[in-house]
Amino acid sequence: MTQSFDIIIIGGGPGGYVAAIRAAQLGKNVALVEAKHLGGICLNWGCIPTKALLKSSELYYTLQKLDQYGLEAKNTAFDLTKIVKRSRDVAGQLVAGIKHLMKKNKVTVFDGFARLAGGGKVDIALNDGNKNQISAPHIILATGARPRVLPGIEPDGKLIWTSKEAMVPETMPKSLLVIGSGAIGIEFASFYRSLGADVTVIEIMDRVLPVEDEEISAMARKAFEKQGMKIITGAKVAKLEKGKDSVTAHIEAGGKTETVTFDRVISAVGITGNTENIGLENTRVQIDRGHIVTNPWCETHEAGVYAIGDVTAPPWLAHKASHEGIICVEKIFGVPGVHPLDVKKIPGCTYCHPQVASIGLTEAKAKESGRAVKVGKFPFIGNGKAIALGEAEGLIKTIFDATTGELLGAHMIGTEVTELIQGYAVAKTGELVETDLMHTVFPHPTLSEMLHESVLAAYGKAIHF
Amino acid sequence: MSIEILMPALSPTMTEGKLARWLVKEGDEIKSGKVLCEIETDKATMEVEAVDEGTLLKIVVPEGSEGVAVNSVIAALGKAGEKYEAKQTSGRADEQTSKPAAALTPLSNISAQSSQALSQDFVYSSARLLVTNQGRIAASPVAKRIAQERGVNLYAVIGTGPNGRIVKEDVLNAVQQTSRRADEQTSATKLPTPAQAIPAAAAGPNAKQLADLLGQKYTEVKNSPVRKIIAKRLTESKQTVPHFYLTVDCELDALLAARKALNEKENAKISVNDAIIKAVALALREVPAANAAWTEEAILKYTDVDISVAVATADGLVTPIIKGADGKSLVQISTEMRDLAARARDNKLKPTEFQGGGFTISNLGMFGIKNFAAIINPPQGCILAVGAGVKSAVVKDDKLAIATVMNVTLSVDHRVVDGAVGAEFLAAFKKLIEAPSVWVK
Ligand SMILES: Cc1cc2nc3c(=O)[nH]c(=O)nc-3n(C[C@H](O)[C@H](O)[C@H](O)COP(=O)(O)OP(=O)(O)OC[C@H]3O[C@@H](n4cnc5c(N)ncnc54)[C@H](O)[C@@H]3O)c2cc1C
Repeated sequence: MTQSFDIIIIGGGPGGYVAAIRAAQLGKNVALVEAKHLGGICLNWGCIPTKALLKSSELYYTLQKLDQYGLEAKNTAFDLTKIVKRSRDVAGQLVAGIKHLMKKNKVTVFDGFARLAGGGKVDIALNDGNKNQISAPHIILATGARPRVLPGIEPDGKLIWTSKEAMVPETMPKSLLVIGSGAIGIEFASFYRSLGADVTVIEIMDRVLPVEDEEISAMARKAFEKQGMKIITGAKVAKLEKGKDSVTAHIEAGGKTETVTFDRVISAVGITGNTENIGLENTRVQIDRGHIVTNPWCETHEAGVYAIGDVTAPPWLAHKASHEGIICVEKIFGVPGVHPLDVKKIPGCTYCHPQVASIGLTEAKAKESGRAVKVGKFPFIGNGKAIALGEAEGLIKTIFDATTGELLGAHMIGTEVTELIQGYAVAKTGELVETDLMHTVFPHPTLSEMLHESVLAAYGKAIHF
Repeated sequence: MSIEILMPALSPTMTEGKLARWLVKEGDEIKSGKVLCEIETDKATMEVEAVDEGTLLKIVVPEGSEGVAVNSVIAALGKAGEKYEAKQTSGRADEQTSKPAAALTPLSNISAQSSQALSQDFVYSSARLLVTNQGRIAASPVAKRIAQERGVNLYAVIGTGPNGRIVKEDVLNAVQQTSRRADEQTSATKLPTPAQAIPAAAAGPNAKQLADLLGQKYTEVKNSPVRKIIAKRLTESKQTVPHFYLTVDCELDALLAARKALNEKENAKISVNDAIIKAVALALREVPAANAAWTEEAILKYTDVDISVAVATADGLVTPIIKGADGKSLVQISTEMRDLAARARDNKLKPTEFQGGGFTISNLGMFGIKNFAAIINPPQGCILAVGAGVKSAVVKDDKLAIATVMNVTLSVDHRVVDGAVGAEFLAAFKKLIEAPSVWVK
């Protein structure tokens, strides 16, 4: 007998499990099918374990400059095995939490691999070897994505890593090549560099963190290079030759090819959606460059089939996946006042050292759009708290529409900016104008005062700079 | 407590309007959605629907009043038997905000009663706008700025944000709609169209938004004013005119032969289409009821037989008219038609040459179309769709024979012409086509 539900969600990552909880809150009978691990990439092999690793490397980095704080520690060292174990434990703890949430919300979880069988039916190959079929009028695909593989630099999991292997190293590589300087590549580069590895980053575009504002990109590069990272932009790895315990990379840059040997290589050249073997061939669902095409309500070209998160269009971020899960479910069940997701209001964060965070249009994009803009900049060196923390490097930049006072974008680099960006996300969603932000009181002394000062600076009114 | 109904703004730029007509009277039980009154501006007349329910306690602004300020109280709803007392809050909203008195009331003076009154100050104006008697509008700061900059009256904007808050997108949409409406207004004055504007199509992505979303490729061809008018009139016709269709086969062989003979005799170039125009004209003389148009008050039976003939041009269909076609010779019709068609394609017709007409012919036979049904050309009552003459097997005297058969379909406005009259007209037409010796000369 086919068990029927109000809604089936395939994939238990931050897109899928959040959608499941929201549907359950609306009183629906919900099935969630997860092939490997609740929490998806985010909790198991993405956001969370990397942040745990980066906390260790950041502390170690701080240890190296304790003197600056009047402290002293002898024989500072790290234990890689313990760092990795902590990261896995953190992930494990959170995954257990998700299991509990599913139970609490009475979501029926199937451990297995799901496949659309047509007509609202889903076949499940259960992990225990059995088969099952369930059905529902609405099916959400939240199957996520996996690292993209480029020809010539195929990861082997031993010498050439994807993010997954890079997260559980057994030994510390002496030299490391990171291919790709997006958020994932840069976070690993930062982690390994802070622990002492010789790190080289290759980026095909002309700057690191290419989606960020150009000024922030340039500042990030400077900071990384100061830490001893080697960065080659406008370059490409044509081929990797594997040795016994090393890899030789053929690096093309400026018309020349150079060969350099590294202990390990991390390929972080993007992701591709998990669209295979899930029964899409018998549907009208369309795929564009590896990701499912959806409309603003997360509907695919096949009625009754929806898609959210990394398996759809960018940005590929956990909070985007979760938010889409909520919009999709609320739209399906007719909750009033649902709004499509506006990409320009999604903050993006990179947890390297120093951190980078942004929302909305870059200065170049804002100007390209033909608007008159006002740009405000406030450096960390003008903030008392930043100086007290010994973290006086960084910048907060805001871009306003000169005619309407709308906050078009905000870009920051420096310590803890990933925690600060949210202030501007609220401002953007509430459609606040510069005066609202100017009239807001910010507590002293905090880094958040720089959010205020940057707005004031855009209108020539910054106090402390 | 009574609920005040406020004068709505019908467009973002409206500041005052005329209260044309009340459709309810004091004491009436009002349900949400009921049309309360009609409001007129220089641009349009619109009906105002009730949002709240209750008994209409008082009509504050009598019908026929001109220059009623947006947001002033025009009526009040409440419980049956309740008495309405005007609050000192009617008038222009911005006048309200400039009065600081309320804000300065000493705290100690705020009794339970007045705080209740405060919550009652939140009323919905009839146009579904979230406003308060203090003139406050729930709108985001960016929305307010854009409204100010573009001169948009926020009272006329429907909010889609949290709790009906007006957000940037809503104001931008309002700006777009006003300019679209202005466009329509100017094109509408060019050609007399009988009916009011068609209600806006159901909300949802248009073809362009959908194509952009789905990544479909396309090129855009800007609509000329003429195409826009054609589109509007066709939509209106298909949506508001109750069409029905009658089809008949006519044998053409006799007509083809007669035409050939006449062309030789007169050294003329009469086409089958010219002959069809004449046959239609003669059939209309026999069945004048088919030469008619609908109005709400009366059916107009045209005295003259003026035939509109559809001509395809780069901009769309144009229908030049052969006036008094029943009285014209075939040679005359032929010459006139050639001239009209040529000038139609060059966009050189005078309005009098394509406006009017009592009956339309649309012929796609030259493209090999066997049969089709045309959309009525309002306000006319009928249009004849003519297919190609095709050699076909027919049964004559219980034997198979070959004949050139032309299929014609009459689209009929059922309000003007009934089935039997339509059939009578087609029978007359068929008879004329199949017995040309009487009139092809
Ligand atoms: C190293 C790394 C660091 C990252 N750091 C951040 C960060 O700091 N912040 C951030 O916002 N994002 C980060 N991301 C991205 C983030 O992890 C993803 O955006 C997020 O996980 C997407 O969620 P999702 O629900 O769409 O898919 P996933 O999290 O990928 O979940 C999909 C789930 O579906 C399951 N599944 C797939 N197919 C089937 C099937 N047929 N049947 C049943 N189950 C199936 C998979 O097992 C998986 O558990 C990071 C990613 C990586 C790799």
